[in-house]
Amino acid sequence: MQSENSSVNTEAKKIQTSKVPPSEGFREAFLLHLADTTLILTQRNGAWCGHGPILEQDIAITNITLDLIGQSRNFYQYAAKLINESSLAPSPVEKAGDEATEDSLAYLRTEREFKNLLLVEQENGDWAQTIVRQFLFSVYQYFLFEQLQNSKDDQLAAIAAKSLKEVTYHVSWSADWVIRLGDGTDESNERMQKAIAALWPYTGEMFMQADYEQGIISEIHLLKDRWIEKVKTVFEEATLAIPENIFMQSGGKNGVHTEKLGHILAEMQYLQRTNLGAKW
Amino acid sequence: MQNINTDFKTNPINNKASQVPPEERFREAVFSLLEQVPDPEVPVLSILDLGIVRDVKVIDDKVEIIITPTYSGCPAMDAISMDIRFKLIEYGYKNIKITQVLTPVWTTDWMTENGKKKLLEYGIAPPKRSTNNEDEMPKCPQCKSANTKLLSQFGSTACKALYQCNDCKEPFDYFKCH
Ligand SMILES: [Zn+2]
Repeated sequence: MQSENSSVNTEAKKIQTSKVPPSEGFREAFLLHLADTTLILTQRNGAWCGHGPILEQDIAITNITLDLIGQSRNFYQYAAKLINESSLAPSPVEKAGDEATEDSLAYLRTEREFKNLLLVEQENGDWAQTIVRQFLFSVYQYFLFEQLQNSKDDQLAAIAAKSLKEVTYHVSWSADWVIRLGDGTDESNERMQKAIAALWPYTGEMFMQADYEQGIISEIHLLKDRWIEKVKTVFEEATLAIPENIFMQSGGKNGVHTEKLGHILAEMQYLQRTNLGAKW
Repeated sequence: MQNINTDFKTNPINNKASQVPPEERFREAVFSLLEQVPDPEVPVLSILDLGIVRDVKVIDDKVEIIITPTYSGCPAMDAISMDIRFKLIEYGYKNIKITQVLTPVWTTDWMTENGKKKLLEYGIAPPKRSTNNEDEMPKCPQCKSANTKLLSQFGSTACKALYQCNDCKEPFDYFKCH
């Protein structure tokens, strides 16, 4: 009963504060979605540092991860700037009692506030699962940034254009590994197919448009067509099959996550949560 | 995009210095100091060789240095900003502003010819021009053989890939075309 009341209250509050046109917060939300997605994959991939199957690939995955954290910082910094300039005051600003910064946005937002794709919060699993996750994501990122580099928003276009060059390498590296493992031994093929089955349900969400993506990604279907075409081509060469009739999970873009995100945030945010503003 | 630092280096201050506007001389003096700031990851290159200094703006006693990162996650950017500041402070500059921009996107095409020469002597194969055929293999910096193979697209830093020479068998870093 009480929870019902409070939800009514928040609804009412939402309506009251919606004097700003609905599109007002869209750009900030979309930037946070991009920032959160790259940050969470950074946190996941980062766990491979020092544990890669061989030295060169340990270096490769950590270099990819370095690109991702760089992209993430660019998105957070820009989101923070827009948030500080706008009248929308999100919770991390209030909590930190200060202006929004890349750090407050990364460390002080809750699980429900994170807008990352479900795909990137999935476990590292074995090397096959990490490779499949990276490949499915990098191909998506490639076609997404290809669109965004033409955005009317100059700063978003600049970050996308910069990132696109890096993602081109990520796609080629992960595609090579998909082929090597898929078309490798019986065991490597089996592990790849298992990884694909585990991750495929989280790929549909990439092409389900969130409110805040409207007007920013105009051709989400085109994005899907290009993505599936590239994935198919590489999977064929890798002798891997695409699962059919799979129920697609969604929610990540709007803050509804699998339980795994809570664990990631607990570890990642612990220091800032317990020692607010800690620096070294 | 004109490469300011190259223009400057090929046009050293001439004996008609008095005819050069004072701001221009101020800029040139700043550029000559920036030439002394090394890239922390490949110290054989100066930040001018690398092409990450996009502009120097001078207004009265204020100097603004505009830099762009090589890669989004380049961990050296903060160190480079600090090194620039220290170098300028050392020479008495006080009013210093360092601005990072993302566009136009950095490309290895902005690396100076002199920078590429220094890289090669250092044992790192320099980047090809990005318009060239990507399939062309980088030459071995040791024996100059073009018979080389890719070991890993990712090398010791984000900007390098790891190759090996099939003739002399030496592994070497290739500064990736970007
Ligand atoms: Zn050789």
